[in-house]
Amino acid sequence: MDTKAFLELLCNENGVSGYESNLNPTIIKAFERYTDEIKVDKLGNVIALKKGKSLDSSNNIKIMIAAHMDEIGLMVADFEDNGFIRFTNIGGVDPRTILGQEVIVHGKEDLLGVIGSKPPHLQDPEEQDKAVKMEDMTIDIGLSKERVQELVNIGDTITINRKLQDLIGSRITAKALDDRAGIAAMLDCMKELNQINHEADIYFVSTVQEEVSMAGALVGAYNIDPDIGIAVDVGFGSTPELSKSKTLELGNGPGITLGGNIHPNLRKKLINVATEYNIPNQIEINAGPTGTDARVMQITREGIPSLVLSIPLKYMHTSVELVDMKDIKDTGKLLAFFIASITKESLEGLLCY
Amino acid sequence: MLLRELTEASGVSGNEKEVRDLIISEIKDYVSSFKIDRIGNIIAHKKGKSTGKKLMITAHMDEVGLIVTEIDNMGLLKFITVGGIDKRILVSKTVLVGKEKILGVIGAKPIHLQKKEERTKALNLDELYIDIGASTKEEAEEKINVGDYVLFSTKYTEFGDDLIKAKALDNRVGCSLLIDLVKEVEDIEFYAVFTVMEEVGLVGAGPAAYEVDPDIAIILEGTLCYDMPKLDTHLIPTYLNKGPAISLIDRTTIYNKEMRDKIVGIAEENNIPYQFRKTSMGGNDSGKIHIAKEGAVTTTISVPCRYIHSPVSVMSRKDYNNTFALLKAILSEFKREVL
Repeated sequence: MDTKAFLELLCNENGVSGYESNLNPTIIKAFERYTDEIKVDKLGNVIALKKGKSLDSSNNIKIMIAAHMDEIGLMVADFEDNGFIRFTNIGGVDPRTILGQEVIVHGKEDLLGVIGSKPPHLQDPEEQDKAVKMEDMTIDIGLSKERVQELVNIGDTITINRKLQDLIGSRITAKALDDRAGIAAMLDCMKELNQINHEADIYFVSTVQEEVSMAGALVGAYNIDPDIGIAVDVGFGSTPELSKSKTLELGNGPGITLGGNIHPNLRKKLINVATEYNIPNQIEINAGPTGTDARVMQITREGIPSLVLSIPLKYMHTSVELVDMKDIKDTGKLLAFFIASITKESLEGLLCY
Repeated sequence: MLLRELTEASGVSGNEKEVRDLIISEIKDYVSSFKIDRIGNIIAHKKGKSTGKKLMITAHMDEVGLIVTEIDNMGLLKFITVGGIDKRILVSKTVLVGKEKILGVIGAKPIHLQKKEERTKALNLDELYIDIGASTKEEAEEKINVGDYVLFSTKYTEFGDDLIKAKALDNRVGCSLLIDLVKEVEDIEFYAVFTVMEEVGLVGAGPAAYEVDPDIAIILEGTLCYDMPKLDTHLIPTYLNKGPAISLIDRTTIYNKEMRDKIVGIAEENNIPYQFRKTSMGGNDSGKIHIAKEGAVTTTISVPCRYIHSPVSVMSRKDYNNTFALLKAILSEFKREVL
């Protein structure tokens, strides 16, 4: 399947943290062509295994790649007498990004709604300098309270009504590119691995609940017990309001994270592979635990050497996240060549401090 | 319903051509004559039984939006607002830029990199920009010019209990009502006027009224509706689903009471629900029309629209139908020279 078409299906689907299973059919259908077995674990992680080829295939080294399938979103909290819905958030939602937004309430059926805004005619001038609090917002689905309560339950999830769209060049915008872009990069990696030999067994894990607790990566890593864990997530794209040192340039390839969460020798190896195969990349610095699945992978069981690859993404956690498809492709490519470079023989030396 | 085409058309104040062309193509076979005046208003004349009084019915074509003021070195577009827009509703939206309707996004700083107190402050216009995916100024300049108008990219959708969600219901709903009147009403003489630039200061209405010189004018609008829960009822300007809103007073006009009483009488006689527009805020083309030349008696009749001046306004089809019924009843009374 074409990677962009796959990403479009993923982003247009809804899968707020804890409610990701809508995505399973799309992921399984795309991944089963390139992997040997796929299972869904107790928390909902979709784990696709691509076996490696070595002399003793029963004792292959294991690499776990984690990209999270959940997205931030909203949840129904209460109903007003006129049928309007009150809500709360799941994951990090800036309330300023949801005012005047179209939403889909995932009740018994998907229902279009509007997070209404007060017309400027009725506002005091100073009012516009204050952000509207989430608790003061309502969702209007255009139905009476009785009808709303037939179709919607407290606890139902809500997502922004946004479809993936092309911008100019190879850039796209969508909701939930954090981290469906990472899942797309895993597909690109599989496609590359189809052409090259690798010794390691690769566990491509589409993880759940990264945005709230990283619970998916935690149990996934425990279960798989990999020799190396790699989180493929998104990194802050460069925009005028952010300092250059904290951001990645779109179109310049994946960010390779450097810092305490990262195994230093594996990271050097990753950069060497990128250089050898001429894959663009940039450095991202993060002193302590990263905000990715690698945070929990690193401390699973007796500890797992971890890496983070970040796809540059602008406007993170808004409904207009923006990435360059080139970066996704380069991320998949770098992952694949890195994987192919790891052998049972070389691994021990690489892991030495 | 023509509202889909009308609301999805591009018509930020000063750039109404697309809407104007659409309206002309709809009405041209139903009017005796029409012209586009010097500033872009459509003035159409429908001949019929003369009553000795000149009736003008108007709706403004324009909508609020943005205009590009600068293309920066990173290929991002700076903008200002056209008409009354709450800057807070711009964040995290998609927009369409220029004639070719190039898709752009208005993003925001990631929540992870914000200080907690930042979240309580609204983002200022000078902190916002449009990203079309360009990485350099040159790349953006291939697609965009300074001065390009920017639209919300909202699609027309029917939802809920007979409701409609769209951008620019203020005032394509008025345009739609006026087009329907032009098409349906027979043998009543009136002028149908579609004005430009209402949202930036009632610009088009004055010259149009000067030209037509009406005795009576009916202004059709999509007006403020803010029927929020737990709000004191006196603060609710209009309600959805309670019928056409008849204006009492706004910032531009004190409406003629005799005329209003007649209209209320017509609504009651015909069992058409109606409500009064209970706020004095806002204003419309009546402000210019009632003082053009020797003056005119005006009335404003509106379809209540929630969340106007934002990318997603909401109205009720029931209100539309009741407003249209009231307008037809008013016109037949006009024909009987009651008005």
